Amino acid sequence: MQQVIFKRPESFTDAFTHYCPGCGHGIIHRLVANAIDDLQLREKVIGVGPVGCSAMIYDYLDVDFQQAAHGRAPAVATGIKRVLPDNIVFTYQGDGDLAAIGTSEIIHAAARGENITVIFVNNAIFGMTGGQMAPTTLIGQKTQTSPYGRDTTKQGYPLRVSELLNTLEGVSYLARVSVHDAKNVLIAKKAIKRAFETQIAKKGFSLVEVLSICPTNWGMKPKAAIEWLEKEMVSYYPLQVFKDWR
Amino acid sequence: MMEKVLMKGTEAIGVGAIRSGCKIYCGYPITPQSELLAYLAKELPQIEGASFIQSESEIAAINMIYGAAGTGARAMTSSSSPGISLKQEGISYIAGAELPCVIINASRGGPGLGSIQPAQSDYFQATKGGGHGDYRMIVLAPKSVQEMYDYTFVAFDLADKYRTPVMLMCDGALSQLMEPVVLSDTKVVQYEKNWATTGAKGRKPVLVSSLRIEPAELEEHVDHLFEKYAEIMKNEVRYESVCNEKTEYVVVAYGIMARIAQTAISKLRQEGIEIGLIRPITLWPFPQQAFAELSDKVKLFITLELNKGQMVEDVRLAVNGKKEVTFYGRCGGMLPTPDEIAEVIKSKISGVKKCNK
Repeated sequence: MQQVIFKRPESFTDAFTHYCPGCGHGIIHRLVANAIDDLQLREKVIGVGPVGCSAMIYDYLDVDFQQAAHGRAPAVATGIKRVLPDNIVFTYQGDGDLAAIGTSEIIHAAARGENITVIFVNNAIFGMTGGQMAPTTLIGQKTQTSPYGRDTTKQGYPLRVSELLNTLEGVSYLARVSVHDAKNVLIAKKAIKRAFETQIAKKGFSLVEVLSICPTNWGMKPKAAIEWLEKEMVSYYPLQVFKDWR
Repeated sequence: MMEKVLMKGTEAIGVGAIRSGCKIYCGYPITPQSELLAYLAKELPQIEGASFIQSESEIAAINMIYGAAGTGARAMTSSSSPGISLKQEGISYIAGAELPCVIINASRGGPGLGSIQPAQSDYFQATKGGGHGDYRMIVLAPKSVQEMYDYTFVAFDLADKYRTPVMLMCDGALSQLMEPVVLSDTKVVQYEKNWATTGAKGRKPVLVSSLRIEPAELEEHVDHLFEKYAEIMKNEVRYESVCNEKTEYVVVAYGIMARIAQTAISKLRQEGIEIGLIRPITLWPFPQQAFAELSDKVKLFITLELNKGQMVEDVRLAVNGKKEVTFYGRCGGMLPTPDEIAEVIKSKISGVKKCNK
């Protein structure tokens, strides 16, 4: 007997994504859709999109969405969640959005223990605007605005957002994962599901930082980008579960 | 039953907001309107399903309002001039995404940190679009604590009716003033909000967004906004006119300045001067029609403001060169006395008389 063992998640639309070849957003979107399907949340979910490469995430996930201003998604999500506490509210933000212009909003949403879920995609660069230095850009990494490599005497040090948030009592689930290979994709899938379960259980703030590649703006072929992530990013941003309320 | 109570301006707005069905307030402390935060911090949590949030910043507050309004809830924030500047990004997004919300500005002297005393120097910012992009915002200017209560209902109603941000613009004097208020039972109209994000149950997903990446789509969207603004200009102009057939001179003033002017005008009328008042209540849409007929009949318009001359530009556009439009203003938080205003009006009148000789 024939059996379907692999299919597109129901919450995942069949639209072609606008992402560059090798980009991690498609995988991460799908993992969010998997979590929404697995937990049967499609009719309860309200997503909040960022400004950046994933600004049009609402084209790919078949759920209600609000499009937020740059960095403000956690504030927008707070407003939604306070009015509709039984709905499931998540933000999807890149590192330019969350770790630069949106640092205030993310820290205070976490400190309040806001019962929302944040998917934070860290690819160490501003993607949408063409590859400028992000707060997460690694030391020595070349970008459009750090053309000689990030120099700590002029451009400071990469921001470890998860370690920063780990100091806050309001955070109930916090993990850093990666999607650079199949094994890690499965780990990321579990973490994202766990983050949504945290919200369902009304345990407070949950965030999953997902390390991802940006071959276009890193100026690498996808395979080289994957290797760079594994070698350079993971050593600065170690993969781990920081907090789990269980 | 009508209750009459003695109340502070900020509190009157708070009561009006709650009775209008405001479900969420997000704000940040700033003088001279912090009493509104304190009032709603106490009152809103006692109402089932209602929330109060002291946000980490003015920017966060207006974005929380964006999110809440996007679910269809009645939402309000408040601040004073420097804080309102910070909210402009959010106001632009709210206008672009066509979300209803109410924003209170208890304006104070500027620019910069300025002072904490009353001023009307945010007129341009409020009526000409303080944020980026082609948009308009309804701006209501009450003159008393009673009107602050009454126009809070109007603000929420217009916001829902037109899916637009509405600013209730008072100033540091009105927000701190204590006056008797009749707490009338105003009927609250409920609007259908099928555009709100509430979870896609039994329907297709909805999207709240100001993003239109295709130029043709954005142009179409902005055209749609301006069709809406044309409707607002047609239907929602509000002003008070204290003029008659004999009126020769017309003072134009709003808010607390209109109150001061009224006292001066009463005095001048007793002296036999035929002087009237136009008080715009909607600063946008500006009551142009109030000037159409008068411009042919009267001799002079005297615009009085607590700034260096902002609304006067709209008065000149409305009068359209038919008559002279003069201006007098105080700024920095300085409030003129009725006597000072009476003298100013007299000197403006004698000036125009001299010119005509």
